[in-house]
Amino acid sequence: MSAASHAILPGRGGLFGSLSDVLWRNPRLMLFLMLTPPLLWLGVIYLGSLFALLAQSFFSIDEFSGLIKYEWTLKTYAELLRPANLDIIVRTVSMAVAVTLASAVIAFPIAYYAARYARGKWKALFYLGAMLPLWSSYLVKVYAWKLILAKEGILNWIFAKLHLTPVLEAWLAIPVIGGNSLSVSYTGTFLVFVYVWLPYMILPTQAALERVPESMLEASSDLGGSPVQTFRHVLLPLALPGIIAGSIFTFSLTLGDYIIPQIVGSSRLFIGQAVYAHQGTAGNIPLAAAFTVVPIVIMGFYLWMAKRQGAFDAL
Amino acid sequence: MQTAVAFSTVSRHFGAVRAVDDVDLEIKEGEFFAMLGPSGSGKTTCLRLIAGFEQPTSGHIEIFGETAEGVPPYRRNVNTVFQDYALFPHLSVADNVAYGPMIRGVAKAERRKAADEALCLVQLPGYGDRRPGQLSGGQRQRVALARALINKPKVLLLDEPLGALDLKLREQMQEELKALQRSLAITFVFVTHDQGEALSMADRVAVFNDGKIMQVGAPEEIYRAPRSRFVANFVGSSNILPPELTERLAGNRSWASLRPEAIHIAAGEGQRATVTGYSYLGAATRLAVDMGGQRLTVLLPASSDVPAVGQQVFLTWQPSDLHLMEDEQ
Repeated sequence: MSAASHAILPGRGGLFGSLSDVLWRNPRLMLFLMLTPPLLWLGVIYLGSLFALLAQSFFSIDEFSGLIKYEWTLKTYAELLRPANLDIIVRTVSMAVAVTLASAVIAFPIAYYAARYARGKWKALFYLGAMLPLWSSYLVKVYAWKLILAKEGILNWIFAKLHLTPVLEAWLAIPVIGGNSLSVSYTGTFLVFVYVWLPYMILPTQAALERVPESMLEASSDLGGSPVQTFRHVLLPLALPGIIAGSIFTFSLTLGDYIIPQIVGSSRLFIGQAVYAHQGTAGNIPLAAAFTVVPIVIMGFYLWMAKRQGAFDAL
Repeated sequence: MQTAVAFSTVSRHFGAVRAVDDVDLEIKEGEFFAMLGPSGSGKTTCLRLIAGFEQPTSGHIEIFGETAEGVPPYRRNVNTVFQDYALFPHLSVADNVAYGPMIRGVAKAERRKAADEALCLVQLPGYGDRRPGQLSGGQRQRVALARALINKPKVLLLDEPLGALDLKLREQMQEELKALQRSLAITFVFVTHDQGEALSMADRVAVFNDGKIMQVGAPEEIYRAPRSRFVANFVGSSNILPPELTERLAGNRSWASLRPEAIHIAAGEGQRATVTGYSYLGAATRLAVDMGGQRLTVLLPASSDVPAVGQQVFLTWQPSDLHLMEDEQ
């Protein structure tokens, strides 16, 4: 009698045979075994170290000895509010807002094209174009931009060839955003930030737009909505979760970055640089930790606001 | 009576595909007009040409006497109930229904009132504050209908609106739609692949195939006098008789259609045939018979005696039920 003539096949036997039967009967056990290692990693290594850092922000530094006093205090947070430190926060947040807005505006048409019109090889080309900047070294890209933006750089050369140098000079003469050359101005920092983080805005926006059925836009048009009204009342609200997701990337990445403003821009500090300086040479771990709390609080507040405004209603 | 929609020699080509091929069509005001055909026959493209989502490759379209080519959908007083309903997921049911008035700038309180009235009209009172995601398929369909009707369109277009509903709900909606159309006196243009739906609801039916209109007429006319084999087969089921057989039976050499329910079994007179199979349908019994090499389907009322398989029977029908068609031989 062959095995095939039985209605129930015998067990496979062996360790893996009985194990797979046990797991099949206990899907929860399977889930537990799959999730425990990554959750342990996330919980202990990642969140654990984050909380250890945050705990540091409630300590303070002895101004004479430079040693950390392990007593709970809000003194370090008060120090954050000193004009010099507040400047750093305002500067960084303004830059993050500007970079996020610009990324959203630039990314939307690209993402819209990719989601609605690109098919086949054009779609592949889009993904390649959006991802390619992510494949090369971040440092190389930033230094490349430094060369592009330098006084002797290609951008100045192009402006000169187009006889537009006065325009560039007029821009650089504007206080705050201007400077000696693009590579040492906030405009330069802004350009590099937008370039480096743009893919993180394009991809989620494109994914959100892809999920908007064509008939939704047709329905709006059918009900009298002009293209602008359709964009305002249907397309934008439906794409908003994607744009918010993208803005979380661009916003938080800008808030935390300490390399770009160091290489391209004025010498004034951003939050990331402040954290870097305080935990390194200055040895002021509590203040560095307090600076780290700022982006976390801002992001939490931002998400709460976005949720309240109904940004995730379409999900 | 005014003409609501007129197509003259309208074509819509997608590359080499002639989705709509040289179509002439006239839909009268206040009419319930069905476009019937298999998928890919061009009926939906015709609907989209009326809505303005497609522009004709050639030909001329008029809506209530005005030229429609080059006019975008948002400037047409025509509304559509989409096949997938296309309700906006980020808006409440009331805001969905009030979308048209909102676009036109109607004040909030006023458009909410209009939305509630429209929801009553489609028998969904009190559903305004829900989300489309919380509704069943049938309810979504009603919301889509309310969202279109609130604008008091000159023509209402319905793209397979009942396709996604189960049978019982579909039959109920058919009657409601018909009653609604009667009471509102709006021109309805209805796309369907379901011949039963087209026959039961429409004042007139256009049968589409391969981008062309095969026949236009009242449901009874289409059913009783199909002009071609395609129409005879697509609208209901029919026995198609080849020209040689028609010549022997009726004296005319042409293709003919003989509806299964028009054939009766008589005692001792008529065409001799052999029963080869049967299936019980509840309200009727369908017999398969062989009449001198020609296979025929016969539909017997439930009350009649069903002959056994292999039995000899005699078939009769009214001469007028043998309908001659214009197909080439």
